[in-house]
This record gives sequence, structure tokens and C-alpha cells, in this order.
Amino acid sequence: MAEGQFKEGIAAGRLAAAQYAENFSDLHPPLDHHEALVEADRCYFCYDAPCMQACPTSIDIPMFIRQIATGNPLGSAKTIFDQNILGGMCARVCPTETLCEEVCVRETAEGKPVQIGRLQRYATDIAMEEGKQFYTRAEPTGRKIAVVGAGPAGLAAAHRLARYGHEVTVLEARPKSGGLNEYGIAAYKSTDDFAQAEADYVTAIGGITIENGKAMGRDFHLADLTAKYDAVFLGLGLGGINALRAEGEDATGVENAVEYIATLRQASDLGALPVGRRVVVIGGGMTAVDVAVQSKLLGAEEVTICYRRGQEHMNASVFEQDLATANGVVIRHWMQPKRVVSEGGKVVGIELEYTAMKGDKLAGTGETVHLAADQVFKAIGQAFEPASVNGSGASLAIEGGRIVVDDQGRTSLAKVWAGGDCILGGEDLTVSAVAQGRDAAESIHKSLTANGRA
Amino acid sequence: MADIRNNFIGIKSPNPFWLASAPPTDKAYNVERAFKAGWGGVVWKTLGEEGPPVVNVNGPRYGAIWGADRRLLGLNNIELITDRDLQTNLREMKQVKMNWPDRALIASIMVPCVEESWKAILPLVEETGADGIELNFGCPHGMSERGMGSAVGQVPEYIEMVVRWCKQYTRMPVITKLTPNITDIRKPARAAHAGGTDAVSLINTINSITAVDLDSFSPEPSIDGKGSHGGYCGPAVKPIALNMVAEIARDAETRGLPISGIGGITTWRDAAEFMALGAGNVQVCTAAMTYGFKIVQEMIAGLENWMDEKGHKTLDDIIGRATPNVTDWQYLNLNYIAKAHIDQDACIKCGRCHIACEDTSHQAITSMVDGVRHFEVIEEECVGCNLCVNVCPVEGCITMESLAVGALDKRTGKTVSPDYANWTTHPNNPMARQAAE
Repeated sequence: MAEGQFKEGIAAGRLAAAQYAENFSDLHPPLDHHEALVEADRCYFCYDAPCMQACPTSIDIPMFIRQIATGNPLGSAKTIFDQNILGGMCARVCPTETLCEEVCVRETAEGKPVQIGRLQRYATDIAMEEGKQFYTRAEPTGRKIAVVGAGPAGLAAAHRLARYGHEVTVLEARPKSGGLNEYGIAAYKSTDDFAQAEADYVTAIGGITIENGKAMGRDFHLADLTAKYDAVFLGLGLGGINALRAEGEDATGVENAVEYIATLRQASDLGALPVGRRVVVIGGGMTAVDVAVQSKLLGAEEVTICYRRGQEHMNASVFEQDLATANGVVIRHWMQPKRVVSEGGKVVGIELEYTAMKGDKLAGTGETVHLAADQVFKAIGQAFEPASVNGSGASLAIEGGRIVVDDQGRTSLAKVWAGGDCILGGEDLTVSAVAQGRDAAESIHKSLTANGRA
Repeated sequence: MADIRNNFIGIKSPNPFWLASAPPTDKAYNVERAFKAGWGGVVWKTLGEEGPPVVNVNGPRYGAIWGADRRLLGLNNIELITDRDLQTNLREMKQVKMNWPDRALIASIMVPCVEESWKAILPLVEETGADGIELNFGCPHGMSERGMGSAVGQVPEYIEMVVRWCKQYTRMPVITKLTPNITDIRKPARAAHAGGTDAVSLINTINSITAVDLDSFSPEPSIDGKGSHGGYCGPAVKPIALNMVAEIARDAETRGLPISGIGGITTWRDAAEFMALGAGNVQVCTAAMTYGFKIVQEMIAGLENWMDEKGHKTLDDIIGRATPNVTDWQYLNLNYIAKAHIDQDACIKCGRCHIACEDTSHQAITSMVDGVRHFEVIEEECVGCNLCVNVCPVEGCITMESLAVGALDKRTGKTVSPDYANWTTHPNNPMARQAAE
């Protein structure tokens, strides 16, 4: 019997038990005190800093780094949390290489940006480990607000609203809070149950009640909320995923990458989580990389990402692509799935067609290639499920499958705001979701009070 | 290849780099290591009079300040003169000099300010074969409370008196080490000169408190919760030392008096600057205490390389070359106009030049041009102050460009005059107006 990596099909326990903990440890270990000081010293304290402009939540990065350098990590954490109450998770999961660190003048000067993400983690870790709360609630306003979804957008909105003294109820479909921080995102980016620790830290301000297991469209409807609450914030995320549109995709072994990652994130024993010997991932974004790398770390022998366009078109950053290849994942470009090949209802391979640009359109070339596979992951983007919000009472304006909002997060319905991945223009980034949740909360507060005064 | 052999008041050494009188020169073990590393000479740590030696504190002796990445910029100390027995020091000095005849060995001395004390110690030192003596009139802590060190160096009459005794009682060349803890460095230099000193060396350390512990509220370095001012040295003091060297070098009364330059010398470049301002050689301490004795090899190689590149054959070609260019403010050419220029290819767009100029100076650097982050000098506003150059993190990115004669200064609307004109003749100077009338 073939053992470990060489077990045919989809199997659990490919690695020695101890190997899992090592494979899924922190991708970027935290900076220690000395490392943080050395790194903080590198910041030039730029005027109108490019990093700060690049941050969707506009954290005053030069200031928080200067506070680390001068021995005031708690002050630093407050500078971060003032703009982004989920600064701890963002420090872990932000693609800093395409945001703040990409525009760091040290990157321009010497190709080595200040490690802003790791410094942010240093400061926020200290504050959170000390349980230091920087904000207190204003006098209760008597206003009640419903937040749907306890992901980054919902938590950010809830915190800001609670600060203003409003009474917030968060309705979350899943058993745990955190949204993609808890159920998405590669495990090595959020170790030690950080998403729960962060949700607890955020809600510790008080005035926030989270009700888990409450799904919109199933347990309640939007109209119920608008009737019962003074305002509603929708931070629903994306419930569905795009289809492969390849023949035979119903075969056993063709799986939704997002769901697989959620299962992995909730697994108490990674050794019990089955993974294919030969894994093919269809897609080119962060989810594709997350599922590919984690499959490899679970002991898959061969993992191949197949993307229908070129390397330069991938949504996964260059850093993420390098992370994949460094972990032994093969990335192949210019090919699209044509047919899932199965035997006895189980996947044994996938047939892909090469692609090329014809004019400005992507088209198959007719030439195909066959890859052996026991498991095929679909990671070709998620879709918003509008059915959950509409279907009762007045309808929200939807465009391109997402909720339409204005620059303050207001939807087409009075009393209803939205933010995060579910809105049109959502960027599928934790940090953008936080910014939208926070800004919608400001807008809600203004609308409920006379110019912001309760 | 440049010849960097040094002849300082007749004391010869293979290079102009001496270790200053300090902890690195307290005993034969260290000095032997220094000579092996290549140092041209040492000034042995200050000897006191015969009898029970001084004692040091048994807690921290040093305090410091740091730049980015904890680079040591300034150090202070509360250590006293040698706390070893006089005879032990003399015996070791004699042996080391015998082992290293081509290196300079100078004895630093500090004894009470009475003739008998000096008269007693000088023959003992002479007997070691030392090449010369350095009178420690500089040490600002501890010994000064006992009427020695800077307590002498701050009273020109005492300096002259002691130098005179030394010249009377020894044939060894006399170097008088000056304290910077004084208002006008020319006064003690003139006194030493009047007493017949062969040379002065400067600067000794500067009175300082490096830090305060904000938990215990004790100054640093802290001895059981209390602190005392210490002597400050290291890269941070170099500008002060350079000025004092120049002041003595260009003073009419002391012009030509040999100077051994001391104060924050860390690289060959620092050493060359001291010599250009008039120092005949240099003494180093903090750099060695920070990095070890090997740094002298960088200093030697760097100095030789620079001299070769510039065609300087011996140290005499560089010593004092900058002295004539040190002048009083009133003689600076007010018709000289310079403007900052930012090299856009080198600019990394940190914006520090802009905010420094905008917040604290002349609003002469843009931050945005046509909606794009762009830093450029507004010549109509630029007074040529050089602040932007100094805050720019990229060397050579911002430069001061002088305007050619006849060019238009956009700030004043006037063309650059070919004439030299200084404050003494400027129409705004009431004294100049009086002279004209």
C-alpha cells in the first residue's frame, strides 16, 4: 500500500502528525522587540506619506512607526486602531506588497520597503495581548442598529457605531464571527485562533451583541430589520462561487476552494483532512494560491494552478505567486478547463485548452492538455447571492451581481447601508471592507443624529 | 603612493593616527594590540602622582546617545585617570616603547597644581623612554573637583605656569591638552603658547549628561540612583572640535603652534578634515572603543587613497590647507547666490525637503505639480539655506548650485554681481554707513 504523499486518490493523514503544526505555523513570524526597533528606524517619516495614501483605511503609518521607534507601542497601536480596528488582522493578511509597501520610498530607493505590515502586527499584538482598550462608549443614544455579517466590514461598522453610543446587534449566519478572517484566508496567515481573539477584542467595547447562526433570507428578512432597527448595515460578503463551466464538473473531487479552506480553517486535526495526491486548482487569485499552498502543506504530491491568462494578469500578487512556487506549487498560464475526466464518478484528471488573446478577446486555441488529478479546486471568484437580501419587501438596487452603494455606503433603500465584498466596487480585501464598514458607520451616525450630535 | 609618515614636534610615527589618552591605552596589553593593528602612536592613559592610585566607580562609567539602528553617536564617561599603580604603568610603558621603537608613545600626566609634584614625576616618565608628555588639563569630571584636569585648563594663568614648570624640568616635548569647557578656546591656547608648550591637543571631553532614566529619575550613567556630569565625546562632538582647532590655527597669537586634533574622529575623512584645518596629526578614542582597533586600517587606507587621488604626496601637503578659508561671518561674500536643485531621477519622493521648507523655512519646495506628487525648488522663494540638502535621505539628490555671475536671482530680481561684497560694506550695516560718512 502506498503511504503518505503517494496514497492514490483523496486521502487524509499524508504527513507525520508533527509535520502539520510546522507546515501551518505563522507565515511571517512576529518581529521581536529588537527587530521592530531596527525596522522602525528605517522609516523616513515622509511628508504626506505614500504608504498612508495607499492604505484603504488611511492609517497614519509614519506616525505609528515613529511611536514604535520611540518606545511607545501602545500609542502606536492606538494610531492604527483609530483608523482600522481590525489592524491586527490586516497586519497579517493585507497584500502589503501591492499596497503600503509597494509605494514605500525605501522600495523606490533601494528595493526594500519598510516592513510596514510586520511593524503593524508588532504594535497591535502588544496592545491586544495586554487587553488594552483605547475606546470607551459615548452615552447611550437609544438608537438600535442591525449589522448583518460579522466579517471585517460588519465588525468595523459595529465597533464605530458602538463607540458613538448606539446599540448594535450583529446577525451572523455562521457559528463563529470573523467572516473570511475565520473561514477564509490561509491558515498560516492567521494562527492561534487570531480571528476569534480579534472579534472578542473589537466587541469588548460593549454595546455589541452578536447573534450567530442567523442567516438573512433563512432566519430573517431585510424588511424585518428595517422595521425593527433605526438603521441596517449589510456586510454579507459573497455567498456563492462562480461555476467552472466545464463538462463533468459534478464529479466527486471537484470542490469549491472557499468551502475547502473554511473546512480546513475549522479542522481541529489537519491530519484528518483528506487532500488529493494530484491537485489542480483553477483560478489566478488569492484563493487559488491559498488553496494550492495549503494542499501542498497537507501533503499533496503535485499541485498545479491553472490560470486562463498570463502571469501579469493574475490577481494574486507576485509575492503570493512566489509563495506558491516556493512551496512546490506549479503555476501554468494560458489554459482554461474544458472537461473534467472521471472514472466511476471520481475525478481522475482534467482536460484543459490552451488560450490566447485574439484581438482583445481571450479564446481557446483548440489545442488541449491533460493533467492527472484526484482533486480539482474551483477558485475562479465568488459571487454575491442577491436572493438573500431581496425577495421580501422593497428591493435593493443590484448591479453586476452586487449591491449598489454611494460614497457613504448608502444603498438604494432608506435606512440601509452596505459594505465589504458584497457591494459593487468591493475589492475582496479585508482592509477595504474595514474602511467601508467604518465609513458606513460614520454615515449612519450622522443620519441618526443632527450633524453627528446625538 | 602617498607618504603618510608623521613628524609631530619631532615625534615620529608611521602614520598620523594616535590613540588618545583613555581606557584603550591604560595598559601594555591594550597598547600592544593597538600597535599590532597599526596605530601610529598612543598617548598612555593619564598618570597621577605616586602613592595610592585613584579609584573609579564600580557601576556604569559610560552613557551614550544613538542614531538610527543604535549607531553610537555620542559617548560620555565618568572614569578618572589610571587607577593602576604609577610604577606598574611606568614599567609597562618602558617595555612597550622598547618593543615598538617606531611608534610614538606619549605619557599623559595629571598631578596637583604645585611645582614639586610636576618636578617629581617628570624624571620618572623621562626614564621610560617616552617620546613626549601630554598635560591633561582637560578631564572635566572627578579630578577637576580636586583642582586638577579642567580646573587647571579653565584658568589660563595656571596653564602657563604648569607648562613653564614642565619645560623647565624635562627635555621631553610638551603637548598641552585643552578643555573645551571654556568660552574662548584661544585663551588657554595662548597661555600654553606663552608657557612655551611645543603643541596643544584638543578637544578633551565636554561636560554632559547623556540621558535621564524616566523610571528612577536618575541621570545616566546612574550610580545607585545618582549621576554626575561626564565627559562627552564621539562623532557628535566633531563639529565643536573642528571649530576649536580652526580657532587656534588662525589666531594671530598662536598661528603655527602645532595642534594634535581630537574629537569624534571616526573615519579617514574626519582625520583629513582635522588636518586640513591645521592639526598636525589626530588622536582617536571613541571610534576604537566602538569598533575595536582594526578601524585604523580603514583610516590609513582611506587617507592614502584620497591623497593619491588628489595628488597630495605628504601630510604637509594637506595640513592647514583649509585654515585660510576659515573667516569671520562679516567677511563672507554676500553677492554669492546659491539655489537648491533636486535631481528628479535620484528623488525618492519622501517629501521631507518640502515639509522642512514649508513648515519651518521659506515655502520654496513644491509637493504637488499638476496633481502629481513632485518636489521641485521654487527659485523665486529659495534663499539657498541648505536645510533641504541636510534633511534629504538620499546623498547627492539635492545640491546647492551657485548662480553664475550675470544670472538672474529670481528671488530678488537682481542679477548676480561679479564683485565680492561683505557685511562690512553693506548699506544695511550702520557701521559701514558711518565709515562711508
